[in-house]
Amino acid sequence: MSAAPKIGTSTVLEIRGVTKSFGELEVLRGIDLTVREHEAVAVIGASGSGKSTLLRCIDLLEEIDDGDIFLDGEVITDPSIESVAVRRRLALVFQAYNLFPHLSVLENVLLGSVRAHGMPRGEAETAALALLARFGLAGREHDRPDRLSGGQQQRVAIARAFAARPRAMLLDEVTSALDPELVGEVLAAVRDLRAEGVTMLIATHEMSFAREVADTVGFLHEGRLIELGPPEQVLNSPQQPETQRFLRRLLEAGRV
Amino acid sequence: MAPLFPPEPPREPAGSSGLDRRAEREAARHRQARRGAAIAAISTVVVLGGLAALALTSPGWPDVRDTFFNWEVFKESFPDILDGFWLDVRMFLIVEVAVLALGLLVALVRTARAAALFPLRILATVYTDVFRGIPTILLVYLIGFGIPALQLSGLPTEPVILGGIALTLSYGAYVAEVFRAGVQSVHRSQRDAALAVGLTEGQALRYVILPQAVRRVGPPLLNDFIALQKDVALISIIGPQEAFRIAQIQSAADFNYTPLLAAALLYLSVTVPLARLLDIWSRRRGEIHA
Repeated sequence: MSAAPKIGTSTVLEIRGVTKSFGELEVLRGIDLTVREHEAVAVIGASGSGKSTLLRCIDLLEEIDDGDIFLDGEVITDPSIESVAVRRRLALVFQAYNLFPHLSVLENVLLGSVRAHGMPRGEAETAALALLARFGLAGREHDRPDRLSGGQQQRVAIARAFAARPRAMLLDEVTSALDPELVGEVLAAVRDLRAEGVTMLIATHEMSFAREVADTVGFLHEGRLIELGPPEQVLNSPQQPETQRFLRRLLEAGRV
Repeated sequence: MAPLFPPEPPREPAGSSGLDRRAEREAARHRQARRGAAIAAISTVVVLGGLAALALTSPGWPDVRDTFFNWEVFKESFPDILDGFWLDVRMFLIVEVAVLALGLLVALVRTARAAALFPLRILATVYTDVFRGIPTILLVYLIGFGIPALQLSGLPTEPVILGGIALTLSYGAYVAEVFRAGVQSVHRSQRDAALAVGLTEGQALRYVILPQAVRRVGPPLLNDFIALQKDVALISIIGPQEAFRIAQIQSAADFNYTPLLAAALLYLSVTVPLARLLDIWSRRRGEIHA
């Protein structure tokens, strides 16, 4: 990450004491986390540990029960806040891509820029085509998403999310639905954005990826961030027994 | 004990090349297709021929031929019935547009989550329950005779308009449910994705959910329109002289039912092409998703 802008001092995302339950099930039990400008924070943890819920809460797709989330110092989880305006400053990439199947690749990228951000169509189109080319999708802009491989679809989804230059990107297990040979091309797209210093909060299973792109790694266990620090510390010499056990299991499964 | 993986038998008998096998399979497929077509043709001839023979040899056939299949009467009555059918077609086209609008509106109200819309949601639910539950013919009667009886100024009293309103209310309830099923069939994650790119709930509905929902319900909607096209004849019970009514009057004049057959043919001339269109549409969608 040599060329990337240095981590700034300003805080982009601040999460304080966030809790979230679905009925009886407590998914988040008090999360504290800070993401600074140009920083990439990776949250690792087993399935069901609450990674996706955390990202969905930040993008206001779920309502938190308690705590606060701040974006650029402003609280965004107050019920009086206009959630649409907040979502326009963030971008969430989904595990299952969630592309719009009735729209072409180009229209998928344009919909947000034109309808949500009010960019003139011509300008938005030029920018979208450049972005698609950057992610290796030149020539595919008029295809429907179902004509594309999983890796290509996820790259379209990343382009769609990045089109409006969000303050922070939230990546929810962006490689988990992919066949193994397609993971690399999606990670390359994320790496590309990291090289530009895009601020990110990443939920992932890919340890090598977390090690490579993240400045900070947090281990989420049963709704709590029980370990947080630089990747080499959390991934190489974890302090908590749960983290050790989790990493050992991944190692045994050949996923590291 | 038998081996877990027994050796595979040789795939091709010695001496036959791959090319021969392919030609052989091709030929077998052709034989099979020809045989299928022949069987279909024979069974069609047998069944239809049998039914025709049954009708033509029945004791009443000479009378039926004169009262239902009288070419002279057909020629004479057809122009008037065609005139009446023009009213059916216009009625169908106008009511169809109104039904689409009403159905979509009711479906949107029923699927909306906003708390402020709660009373409207109840109203929409009651509407679909009630108007789907009343026979269309009864609704035509009630509206056709009930509204003029109120003697309120400003309300339409034209039977054609009242009949159109009755049909719209009846079919709107069906179509609302079709639209609602379509909206609900679009996965939640599409809404999430739409909100995540910064769209409002309304924009998500308009640009993401509805386009997908409408595509999915095309065939069932067309099916309802075929039914509507026939039910336009129901307005005749409150007066308007459309094809069925005119045919009825003509057949009552000289006890010859050929005009009714002429009217039936006119309805078919619209509903059959619609049904074929529906088939083609459904098949094409099947291919895309296969």
